[in-house]
Amino acid sequence: MLNVMRLRAVARKEILQIRRDVRSLALAFLLPALLLVLFGYAITWDVRDIRMAVVDMDGSAPSRALRDAFRSSGYFTVVAERERTAEVDGLLDRGSIRIALVIPPDFAEALNGGRAAPVQAIVDGSDANTAGIALAYAQAVVQTTSSRLRLAGAAGWPAASAECRVWYNEQLSSRNMIVPGLIAVIMMIIAAMLTSLTIAREWERGTMEQLAATPVTRAELILGKLLPYLAIGLVDVAVSSILGVLVFGVPFRGNLLLLAGLSVFFLIGALGFGMFISAVTRSQVLATQLAMVATFLPAFLLSGFMFSIDGMPPALRIVTYLIPARYFLVVTRGIFLKGVGVPELYGQGLLMVAFAIAGLALAWKAFRKDLE
Amino acid sequence: MSPKPAVRIERLSKSFGAFRAVEDVSFEVHPGEVFGFLGPNGAGKTTTIKILAGLLRPTSGRGEVAGFDVMRETREIKRRIGYMSQLFSLYADLTVEENISFFAGLYGVASERRAARRDWVLSMAGLGEHRRRLTGELSLGWKQRLALGCAVLHEPPILFLDEPTSGVDPISRRNFWDLIYSLADAGTTVFVTTHYMEEAEYCNRLALMNRGRLIALDTPAGLRAAHREPILEGRENRLEMVEPSLEDVFISLVRDAGGARED
Repeated sequence: MLNVMRLRAVARKEILQIRRDVRSLALAFLLPALLLVLFGYAITWDVRDIRMAVVDMDGSAPSRALRDAFRSSGYFTVVAERERTAEVDGLLDRGSIRIALVIPPDFAEALNGGRAAPVQAIVDGSDANTAGIALAYAQAVVQTTSSRLRLAGAAGWPAASAECRVWYNEQLSSRNMIVPGLIAVIMMIIAAMLTSLTIAREWERGTMEQLAATPVTRAELILGKLLPYLAIGLVDVAVSSILGVLVFGVPFRGNLLLLAGLSVFFLIGALGFGMFISAVTRSQVLATQLAMVATFLPAFLLSGFMFSIDGMPPALRIVTYLIPARYFLVVTRGIFLKGVGVPELYGQGLLMVAFAIAGLALAWKAFRKDLE
Repeated sequence: MSPKPAVRIERLSKSFGAFRAVEDVSFEVHPGEVFGFLGPNGAGKTTTIKILAGLLRPTSGRGEVAGFDVMRETREIKRRIGYMSQLFSLYADLTVEENISFFAGLYGVASERRAARRDWVLSMAGLGEHRRRLTGELSLGWKQRLALGCAVLHEPPILFLDEPTSGVDPISRRNFWDLIYSLADAGTTVFVTTHYMEEAEYCNRLALMNRGRLIALDTPAGLRAAHREPILEGRENRLEMVEPSLEDVFISLVRDAGGARED
């Protein structure tokens, strides 16, 4: 069934063709790194240096302490100081500030009297995401400051407060989440696009007929074509991981071999899927476009990379189970950030194997070597 | 007289939907002969050759190539035949040598025979000094000879050539036929389709197809002899029996069979 000599001949031929095709080379080695760097820098859910205005009507020591707390938090940049609340309207309208902090005249007095001392935050809600985050940060700053002020004044007792600790991604840096996820998403796209060319090219150039006339089998052609791209895919995973650690400072806490092993199965699935598209369309242009559309959007939007799957409507959530990147994402994030091993990724591993089998089966089904 | 035929088909038919590409065709090809397959476009030549090469399954009828069934044993057939399709179908982005070693691998040429076979193909096709050139840069004549070389790397007993010289200049065509003859001399059965009448003359026997049917099968001389026609000839306008050209025979046979299919 599988003849090693023929398998090697097919794989060698494929390598020679990749080496001579600038487009394939760019797709194989340039695009993954480019996408990683581009998206790695572009996508961030962190909100920093929020421009703010302060209306300090109190002018007391505690009100100054609160202002300084905002300033030194790292999340806010005070760009304007105003006397009256009405004056911040224009700033918000023009978008020169995102948030305004209003400290009422009786702030210090209320604080010293042990009464509630409300301050007001006015947020530009037109970007709801950023607004929500800015508000949460503002509340946190006010909270910590207020408990410190109370302690300093010894006027009361510290309220019960939660001591929160974040595991795995201590700085809550969204980049640490994004980069390992990106590797999963990018590999899905690249792998499918790489093989989307191979079978269509044989049909377009008429070489399929010559292949069909030789004793080479379907399995030998599929595997012979797949192996070189699998090697390329593994190099891509390695390069992306190194870039992630060196350029983006993402921690790598897990087992390299485990990542490599699971990547093999994931890549086989994605490569097989690309071949399936190639065999069905028999046109290089159509196949690449289809591979792009069929992988890019689902992997980006439905894998849990961009949007949390928990937050999706139930119907959409069911669809996400069909997105292989969804599972590989758990693998890359888990291995990078949590350093999890085989016991935790056992289930994902089985799913990777299932995906690999499904990809190969699809390619096998669609790929007809005879000319009928 | 002869041992087992190289090719034998009986009442072979092939339809694509309602279109009957090949209808009820029977013939035998003897080992070692150069068998010419002629007919206008759409006559069913390519379909027949693809069935024999194991690329298409016949709709009905029986066929054997090298003693193997065209219906069930196509893998065995593919090991024992060389096939060169109508369109150039080597890899343009591989060098001459790379194409040769690729097909040597696919045909399972043993590694100790590889170098000898490669050198044989290079010298036979006259490509020795171009071995490292990309195949796409070669002239059509060279490409055809390389394609022929790649099709016989595994020294198959039977060779199928589908219009191997179409579009090639007369000198290259002549060279190509010299190669065909040297292969036939070495015992290879050559089954070749062509449009060119002077090429048909080179064949031991000719089969003429029209509208999917076999309308004649004979040696070139036999075909001409059977179609002697009275023609006014000479100064005294006497009626003489004149040997027609193969082209005349071809045209009159096709006309008698209802004309060529128009498509």
